[in-house]
Amino acid sequence: MGENGGCRRGTASAESLFLAIVVWLIGIIVVGLGARQWLPELASDHGAGIDRMLTYILYCVGGLLLIGHGLLGWFLWKGAGRDRISFRMAEHRVERNWSLIPMIVMALVAEGGVLVLGLPVWAKIYGPPPADSIVVEVTGEQFAWNIRYPGADGKFGKQEAKLLSLDNPLGLDSKDPDGKDDIIGLNSIHVPIHKPIKIRLKSKDVLHSFYLPHLRVKQDAVPGMTIEFWFVPTKKGNFELPCAELCGLGHYEMGGMLIVQSEEEFTKWLEENKNG
Amino acid sequence: MQQTTTENMPRPTWDGGASPFGATWRKLMIWWFIITDGLLFAGFLAAYGFLRLAAGGWPDRSLMFHLDFIALMTFTLITSSATMATAVGAAKQGNRKLALRFLLLTMVGAFAFLGMQAYEWHTLIGQGATLSHNPWGPAAFGACFFLITGFHGTHVLTGALILTITAIRTAKGITQAEGVEMAGLYWHFVDLVWVFIFTLFYLV
Amino acid sequence: MADHVPAHGAHPRQSFLRRYVFSTDHKVIGLQYLVTSMAMALVGGLLVMLMRMQLAWPHSSWPLLGKLFPVGMEGGLMKPEFYLSLMTMHGTIMVFFVVSLALLGGFGNFLIPLQIGARDMAFPFLNMLSFWIMVPACLVMLGSFLVEGGAAAAGWTAYPPLSAIAEAIPGSQMGQTWWIVGMALFIASFTMGGLNYVTTILNMRTKGMSLMRMPITIWSLFLASLLGLLAFPPLTAAAVMLLMDRHAGTSFFLPSGLFFGNKLMEHSGGTPLLWQHLFWFLGHPEVYVLILPALGITLEMLPVFTRKPLFGYRMTVYSLVTISFLGMIVWGHHMYVSGMSPYVGEIFAIGTLTITLPSAIVGMNMLASLWGGLLRLRTPMLFSIGSIVFFGTGGFGGIFLGNATSDIQLHDTYFVVGHFHLMIGGVTLMAIFAGCYYWFPKMFGRMMNEKLGKLHFWLTMPAFYGIFLAMHYIGLAGTPRRYFNFERYEFLANIREPQVWITIAAFLLFIGQFLFLGNFFASIFRGRPAPVNPWEAATLEWTTPSPAPHGNWEGEIPEVHRWAYDYNVPGASSDCTAQSVPAQSVPVTL
Repeated sequence: MGENGGCRRGTASAESLFLAIVVWLIGIIVVGLGARQWLPELASDHGAGIDRMLTYILYCVGGLLLIGHGLLGWFLWKGAGRDRISFRMAEHRVERNWSLIPMIVMALVAEGGVLVLGLPVWAKIYGPPPADSIVVEVTGEQFAWNIRYPGADGKFGKQEAKLLSLDNPLGLDSKDPDGKDDIIGLNSIHVPIHKPIKIRLKSKDVLHSFYLPHLRVKQDAVPGMTIEFWFVPTKKGNFELPCAELCGLGHYEMGGMLIVQSEEEFTKWLEENKNG
Repeated sequence: MQQTTTENMPRPTWDGGASPFGATWRKLMIWWFIITDGLLFAGFLAAYGFLRLAAGGWPDRSLMFHLDFIALMTFTLITSSATMATAVGAAKQGNRKLALRFLLLTMVGAFAFLGMQAYEWHTLIGQGATLSHNPWGPAAFGACFFLITGFHGTHVLTGALILTITAIRTAKGITQAEGVEMAGLYWHFVDLVWVFIFTLFYLV
Repeated sequence: MADHVPAHGAHPRQSFLRRYVFSTDHKVIGLQYLVTSMAMALVGGLLVMLMRMQLAWPHSSWPLLGKLFPVGMEGGLMKPEFYLSLMTMHGTIMVFFVVSLALLGGFGNFLIPLQIGARDMAFPFLNMLSFWIMVPACLVMLGSFLVEGGAAAAGWTAYPPLSAIAEAIPGSQMGQTWWIVGMALFIASFTMGGLNYVTTILNMRTKGMSLMRMPITIWSLFLASLLGLLAFPPLTAAAVMLLMDRHAGTSFFLPSGLFFGNKLMEHSGGTPLLWQHLFWFLGHPEVYVLILPALGITLEMLPVFTRKPLFGYRMTVYSLVTISFLGMIVWGHHMYVSGMSPYVGEIFAIGTLTITLPSAIVGMNMLASLWGGLLRLRTPMLFSIGSIVFFGTGGFGGIFLGNATSDIQLHDTYFVVGHFHLMIGGVTLMAIFAGCYYWFPKMFGRMMNEKLGKLHFWLTMPAFYGIFLAMHYIGLAGTPRRYFNFERYEFLANIREPQVWITIAAFLLFIGQFLFLGNFFASIFRGRPAPVNPWEAATLEWTTPSPAPHGNWEGEIPEVHRWAYDYNVPGASSDCTAQSVPAQSVPVTL
């Protein structure tokens, strides 16, 4: 075609150098920005494991990304300056052997990450909670979080679907003695610091998702199911609790608050809200 | 293509035509269609299994159904598969008359099955079973039962129509052996699905 | 094989209607699909522009838009339910009616017979039917905006109970039913197309075109069609059940005790997780349906514009086959925090990350295909390189999400949005553009304008990349997706400014596409006339005149004697040896 011969080659080289620089910049920007602190400040025990997982992937994958973009840019830049190809093709055996490289790298980086760093954290989150956990029942509805504590007896009162009404949003059976000391709340969850908190998550209408960005907690609430998981808050303060699963037109406003207090403050709060 | 004697020339690995499955595109298309349709039923049956496991209890089928009647339905359908196979064999040998006779027998089986299924539905609905209600226990059973047997029933009906068309066209001499074979493939598939439904709904 | 198409050039003149509207010619059908997908892309793009305006400037009033959408934007202010409808329809339209349509309907139809050396599809009539079922599918989807309650608003994933109960959200009144009907039509059309593609590729190849000599595009289209055929039926089953839950009182996806607006529902016995399993059993293969042909087209460009064979053709084919297989069995990675058993979740995580192995091979082969080549930076090649860059970043982002542990933080955040847009939005879009610029001469016998094409690339690539890269970072910061606005949350205070920048980039991106549309339609009439083989490529479609005649080849269909990428064969007179050149003249190198 002649377009790459003679006088055209200069322009082609300039263009490909520009493209190469863009490719290199992309690699550097992606990893450089990624290395900044984006995650909300950590406030839970197991969250350190999740952050470690994220950091590990970021550096391994970021390294691979830099290598890949470096090579891509280099090939592009060099490719436009040639007048004949410098490498044509390899034998099938050679190609097969080369394929082993990405396979081994990915097996180590990706699978290794899941098995070595990921699995223990995952197993802990979904493993049995310690016996001294504080149990909180959270029931999602459009568009609020209903909170219930079992009270001094440690037992939740009975619920019945046919008792559900606007005045009785949890369908509580007022005759059940176990329910007499239950503490009911809306959108605010009070918990003590450094204590395992076990959440019993339910929903009464659509899917919701219990998301605590600072505590690295996310769990869908599914109607018809009671899902249990636990975490240990490690910082005092108020942490926002948005809903992370599309639940209707008020999804964006379905916010709660996790209030992490010292043990004394929490006990005091429990006292004040007795028979609440 | 004529093979030249040159040593270093690669053998042509493909001559055009009907390999690698040795089937014409028509037959191949029917096969792929059957696979996708089979996956449709797989989706329904997987949903059935999922709901059944989630439900905890399941109604006692011996109270709901007359299993000997269901066995008769199954026997009818399987027999119709046998007659269909004979029809396909006859068509392949060019015996149009025999093929036609067995096609008609298959159709009898098909319509008999549909009639029996209609009777069974009628009985169940008479006893109060609906899509959202089931007098013997979990409502999910009623929904699954009517949905899946209904879906299979429409397949049987479609199959019966295909058989009718094939029979008419065979009688007129338009349909060749391959046409009968393709109708046969579909019919065997419909029967096979019934075996799964029979097992999962009535036996297990 | 040629029983339905006359083997030679001269045809009786057909009426306009038979030639261009109800045509059974795969090339015309392919173009019909392509143009339909462009129209749908415009709609899908406009929807997202409205969304972006809301995200960047919440509470702003747009009186003009208020007149256009008197219900959804009453007085010019957007309502949250309208935003969710926009979002749902943007997703549905882009995934099913733009990318699937352009890649499989458009390029699949146009390329399969041309590249394998067939006169047409196996069953041309079914092919036409497939398109004419797609048209009502598009119309039903678009029409759903006009029904009571507006279009579906439960997301493109349509998770029940939100999508099953009319009281849950306005879009679940009639809009969701129309959505289901539209999807059913789409699936019917896709199945017809897919059956045709698979059988055509298996049975209609010309002499010598063995499976391992097929161009990589054909391999990718074959695998994508196969995946679609296997994955769509369970979605059909799920859609039927959802329809019955909505209208027939069944409870496949609905448990007991559902309570909406002081009303206890009568449903009992179902489980919402069932839908998620059935949906993602389709949904995950579907993303491979989209990305495999895109990778195929990207790979197809590399040898042509580097003048050397594809590196690791066979390993790439094996990898694509492996990816397709693995893609069918890892759907659970969309459900790590859905309440599915955590043991199952971890198994899905291990399975998901095995996909990185073959994917990395494809990536390495892309790079190695450029190594040592003689680069010709034409427009198709630019887009193909863009596609490689997107595949790199998008693919590596996938490792964060495939890992169940890190997914706890990232699930349902903007990280996911950024990731899948780079992959099934970016890689595919780049490949579609590459394909359009590349095969345009074969479609219309004219070239597209090169300068405008390059400008289009330099507008599209940085804008697209910037938007979705930024979304990764605000996702890491915890921004949940599908939010109408973010003002309620203090921890999201610092993502409001990036939202404005993203919106501006999105506007640029959208406007930039008019360069392409203008170039495309103007070039049909005014483009430079194209020679038979303008790019000096080796595949079969370049052996027939541009545009290809009815029946694809005047005279005999060429026989194939070699693989599709014999460039720069030592000793050959030209640097490109067409697949139809006999082995006696130029040695075969694979």
